[in-house]
Amino acid sequence: MIRKTLAMGLVALAALSAAPAAQAQNIRIGLREDPDILDPTLARTFVGRIVFAGLCDKLFDINEKLEIVPQLATGYRWEDPQSLLITIRQGVKFHDGDTMTAESVVYSLTRHLTMQGSFRRGEINSMTSAEVVDPQTVRVRLREPFAPFVSQLTDRAGMIVSPRAAEAAGRNFGNRPVCAGPMRFVERIAQDRIVLERFPEYWDASRIHINRVTYLPIPDNTVRLANLQSGSLELVQTIEPDDLRQVNRNSRLRVSVSDELGYQGITINVGNGARAQTPMGQDPRVRRAFELAIDRAAINQVVYEGQYTPTAQAVPPSNPYHARSITAPARDVARARALLAEAGVRTPVQVEMTIPNNPDLRQVGEVIQAMVREAGFELRLNAMEFASSLQAATRGEFETYLLAWSGRADPDGNIFTFIHSQGPQNDGKYSNPEVDRLIAAARVESDQARRAALYEQMWRARAQDLGLIYLWHRKNIVGHTTRLTGFVPVPDGLIRLQGMRLN
Amino acid sequence: MWAWLLRRIGQIIPTLIILSFMIFGLQQLMPGDPALILAGEERGDPLVLQQIREELKLDRPIVEQYLYWVGNVVQGDFGFSWRIRMPVTDLILQKLPVTIQLATMSFIIAIIIGVPLGILSAVKRDTATDWAANGIALFGISTPNFWLGIMMILLFSVELGWLPPSGYVPLWEDPVQSLATTIMPAFVLGTGVASVLMRHTRAAMLTALSQDYIRTARAKGVSEKSVIRRHALRNALIPVVTLGTIEFGRLLAGAVLTEQIFTIPGFGKLVVDAVFNRDYPVVQGVVLATALIFVLLSLIADILYMAINPRLRQA
Repeated sequence: MIRKTLAMGLVALAALSAAPAAQAQNIRIGLREDPDILDPTLARTFVGRIVFAGLCDKLFDINEKLEIVPQLATGYRWEDPQSLLITIRQGVKFHDGDTMTAESVVYSLTRHLTMQGSFRRGEINSMTSAEVVDPQTVRVRLREPFAPFVSQLTDRAGMIVSPRAAEAAGRNFGNRPVCAGPMRFVERIAQDRIVLERFPEYWDASRIHINRVTYLPIPDNTVRLANLQSGSLELVQTIEPDDLRQVNRNSRLRVSVSDELGYQGITINVGNGARAQTPMGQDPRVRRAFELAIDRAAINQVVYEGQYTPTAQAVPPSNPYHARSITAPARDVARARALLAEAGVRTPVQVEMTIPNNPDLRQVGEVIQAMVREAGFELRLNAMEFASSLQAATRGEFETYLLAWSGRADPDGNIFTFIHSQGPQNDGKYSNPEVDRLIAAARVESDQARRAALYEQMWRARAQDLGLIYLWHRKNIVGHTTRLTGFVPVPDGLIRLQGMRLN
Repeated sequence: MWAWLLRRIGQIIPTLIILSFMIFGLQQLMPGDPALILAGEERGDPLVLQQIREELKLDRPIVEQYLYWVGNVVQGDFGFSWRIRMPVTDLILQKLPVTIQLATMSFIIAIIIGVPLGILSAVKRDTATDWAANGIALFGISTPNFWLGIMMILLFSVELGWLPPSGYVPLWEDPVQSLATTIMPAFVLGTGVASVLMRHTRAAMLTALSQDYIRTARAKGVSEKSVIRRHALRNALIPVVTLGTIEFGRLLAGAVLTEQIFTIPGFGKLVVDAVFNRDYPVVQGVVLATALIFVLLSLIADILYMAINPRLRQA
């Protein structure tokens, strides 16, 4: 009776409220988590970049083919391999009404490079200085030739902030960011919403049809999808592969699937402390046996509905530097057993794998556990909360670590950091002089074909001693209402508002 | 009685000091280096890590870190969130109204369901009504919040389209929409608490009904309605009030899972996200604020006892 009364109350309340229809050209975007600080210099989360796509334009952008296209810059030219000339777009206004000048560009680049706690420094630390050449031109000097430099300016390191606003706000700039993007900042309620509104003086205003964007962090996959299904959101950042079928059945929703820039892999501790002193850590044959015991396509089928792309390299097929000749080896248990016998290790070989505590990754771990058992491995799974697992990895407190990388447009961003012996996130301390040499050579090679050839050679050299087993490239699965048109998926997974419209 | 009240309030200060030790100390036991988390994809750069540690005083001895924190807290400064750089005080003040609204609504739902059901099942002991009431309570206790929450979203939002599936609208911005966004989470939380209240009301009522004074009242010819309302219920309510304030305090501490499911930006979600991001100032601030709420609530409960039970006033 009481429940009935309450249920009736609910009905009455619902009739009163009937969720307000989205008003014209106001869109609501569901994010997987709450972004961190909205200061391009201090920000570090992926979801934050989605908000920046509406808020802060960059010197350059990338398109769906991963080509570098001009944005706040109109072009660039290498004077010599250590000196880059960038031409600046004229008449660009910041959200505070100031005009963007060559000085603002120099200011922002210098801020990214020198501000205390900057997360951009790592991306542009080959830069020594930036200077104004004339009102249309900025020169950037590099310490050494660095082919990926322009590509770094297609992300946060290329975002130009209003110097006046940045100086006034100091370290609190992120609470009220002032940039030159299509939308300006309205408000932010932590963990609830970030609201942006159309900036009428945007330099490329004719391509912006959206009046207001609200970004809503909704961490639960089911609930995020329910919001899309019930019309409370116009677009969601990610849909899980196992929800795809359900979404495809809904005629009012559309999904757009594209390759992401990064990869999922297993990092092996081969030289980071005592935990590297295992058969897996010390003998490349054991590592190759482990790889041969895994059937990537089958795991992908079981856990991800076959959506992801099996791989044996860090760069996805959509990237021009993807080496077609490098393919994932097929599962071969007999060969794996033979390799273990050749290595002369006692079976079952004991291996521990650290797994960030997500349902899908735990499932991946369980399938791998079953697969490698047949080849003579006894795999123990160690599911850990993400923050703790990162710390364990850095300290070398792991044998193998199932870790994904969101990826960068330039291949160097997927490679150097992880498998070069000096790479800052080479947690397993993998070191192979030939691999190091080829990575370094590719870094300074500006010819695309020659650079791609160097990477291909590097993958071959690396396949012999495997510090990292690449598993697959994931997909960006964006879902939106069919009322929304003009969304263009780009492999970086960002949601660009240009051209988007609600019908 | 005033002396008692003063003494009672005096106890709060040492409680809070001990609490501040515990909050700070337990946090040090959490695995996961905050600098590493904050550094994110730059975590391999020792320069970045060192800079973060210096800025956040993570390189100082723990005692110094503690004194620095307490010193600021005493002056009303809870520091700023390491992750989003907003002052913790602002965050708490932003979330507190949300949590208070949700907690109050849940509590009202809990009382409306729990107390009458408890009385009913005690008065109609061992009848079908009693069993039905117990059945409802069992369902309320044993249904996981996240499951009930998702089921409600699927039914009321996705299938029927009556209520928004998640999110929050402040009460003063749009009261109707605000109720629409909080009614489902309040119901999910309320049913859980209702079951606890129901069981306790029932037990307390059964005890009260078996007392001598009830028999005397009945013998005097007092109507059954009056016996139950004036004599039994008033006495039975004392333990229920205690429990009620504790449950209300728990609701105010934030309902982690429920807030997460319905994306309600309250205390629970704030503290959980802060823990996962090792955002220590937020964790410390929220836990301390929650502790303060608990301490105040238990004070209120004690004062309420006196109102309900005159015998305590002489003590």
